Amino acid sequence: MTTRWSARTVLGTGAALLALMLVVAASSGAYAISGAQLIGVVRDIWQGTEQPSPEHLVFVNIRLPRLILGLVAGAGLGMAGTLMQGLFRNPLADPGLIGISSGAALAAGVTIVLGASFFPHLPRSLGSWTLVATAFGGGFAVTLLIYSLSQSEGGTRMALMLLAGIAINALAGAGLGFLSVMASDEQLRSLQFWLLGSLGGARWSAVLLVGGVVLVALAAGMTLARPLNAIALGEAQAAMLGVDVERIKRRAIWVTAFAVGAVTATTGIIGFVGLIAPHWVRLIAGPDHRIVLPASALLGAVLVLAADTVARTAMAPTELPLGVLTAAIGVPMFLLMLRHFRGRL
Amino acid sequence: MTLACIEVSVAVGGKTLLPPASARFLPGRVAAILGPNGAGKSTLLSLLSGQRAPTRGRVLLDERPLSAHGPAALALRRAVMPQESAVAFDFNAVDIVALGRYPHRRAPSADEDAIVPAAMALTDVTALAPRVLNTLSGGEKARVHLARALAQLWSPRPDGAVRWLLLDEPTAALDLAHQHAAMQLLRTRAAEGVGVVAVLHDLNLARRYADDVLVLDGAGGVHQGPAAEVLQPALIERVWRMPCQPVTSADGTAQFLFG
Repeated sequence: MTTRWSARTVLGTGAALLALMLVVAASSGAYAISGAQLIGVVRDIWQGTEQPSPEHLVFVNIRLPRLILGLVAGAGLGMAGTLMQGLFRNPLADPGLIGISSGAALAAGVTIVLGASFFPHLPRSLGSWTLVATAFGGGFAVTLLIYSLSQSEGGTRMALMLLAGIAINALAGAGLGFLSVMASDEQLRSLQFWLLGSLGGARWSAVLLVGGVVLVALAAGMTLARPLNAIALGEAQAAMLGVDVERIKRRAIWVTAFAVGAVTATTGIIGFVGLIAPHWVRLIAGPDHRIVLPASALLGAVLVLAADTVARTAMAPTELPLGVLTAAIGVPMFLLMLRHFRGRL
Repeated sequence: MTLACIEVSVAVGGKTLLPPASARFLPGRVAAILGPNGAGKSTLLSLLSGQRAPTRGRVLLDERPLSAHGPAALALRRAVMPQESAVAFDFNAVDIVALGRYPHRRAPSADEDAIVPAAMALTDVTALAPRVLNTLSGGEKARVHLARALAQLWSPRPDGAVRWLLLDEPTAALDLAHQHAAMQLLRTRAAEGVGVVAVLHDLNLARRYADDVLVLDGAGGVHQGPAAEVLQPALIERVWRMPCQPVTSADGTAQFLFG
């Protein structure tokens, strides 16, 4: 027998956690903003009055875009992880499996290490968007490659995709290893930093773009919830229930590619969130994707915001890499959950 | 108003899974597909369900090619109980039965909420509802999947289309009492006009509960007809290579002793 939290309890708790986390993240940082100041700033923004106070400037220009980027990044990664695990019918799947992260990393590596020498005009003509654009393009190209490698007899074979994904990811890793040997010390540092993720690059323009992409991806992902429940029975049985399995696969893959591609291109690689968030939710709420998809998005956002808050404050003014903290915070808490619920596994 | 296959065969990579076979199934009847291992019973069933397309030949539902009906439309009137089905994640038994109602999500039945509990009661899995499916025994899982198939075909179609229930060895994992209960259930469905086609191994169950049988003899031969006519000791001994002795049970049904 299992007692599972109801959908309302799970989503309500997730939303409350997220709200709490947003307040904590908003007030802590190199420039601390007290609760009273925070209320004042939010009221000013609400009423449209411009206050040139330092807390107002810090909040609007630095803190808020970073919060929103963390929120959408975590939500996108959490949902994408659920889509991939549901599609592969495998709890070990994560968004990286379809090559989006390794492709983005390789492209980012090429841009950082070789960009200036091979394409001296490119960085300047595209400005700060170069890395974002090449990373997004690289992730997308590699996903397309893995997707085409997994086509067989007019359908996408998930076992093939899994193997092709692992192989291509290894190849991208080799490419990155090669690049790191070629790189100067400074390039190596920025590559390392990119590979471990950071919300430090949050600018309003990028935040709004990624936010828009993730919002559309979340909406599209939610329409896949019931078909993914049916696919848990196996692709053949889902087809017998009238599910157009091939269409659902294509949608899940490209929704994931867009969401994770946009997030990763802006933040670098943020590990573990896409893998852990869905498990966490399933342990509490059961496997119904109608609950797991939105709840993993909420939990992913909470995790990334918590990790980023620690990253900004723990060793200030030095900023820790986000990927280190998502693993350092997410994994022990996840292992505690596993112990607590081990009877259910 | 029939489900028929005409000279269908399946070959994969040069290996013949099903030699050319023709068959015709009628609504309101229980048909059993019989034959030794590897004769192509499950393959034939997967052709009838549309899960697989024949290498040669045609499958017709209501005189139209099965593929012309569309997966969503088919799912409203055709349910399949798989031989074994590994379910990903910890779905409860009741979640799995409820998936049988997935095709009807846009046009729910008037008694929609009552359907899943009623289907579960029919296959005696009400008490298993909150249990995780993957923790159930083989026979319990089979009864949950049977309830799912029953829930999928619960009500008559408003357009009068015949419903088809296709089952791959539905009784293989069941205990004696549940085997007979399940076959009784199929008879009840057939009495309501549903066309039932089941792959079976137990010739005595087939003889007792099936109206028609289709024997794939494993050597390319197909024998279809009323159960009482086709299931004769001579054919059984030739196809299954087992000595077969006909007996009559207390209720007058012919049965067989083997060995």
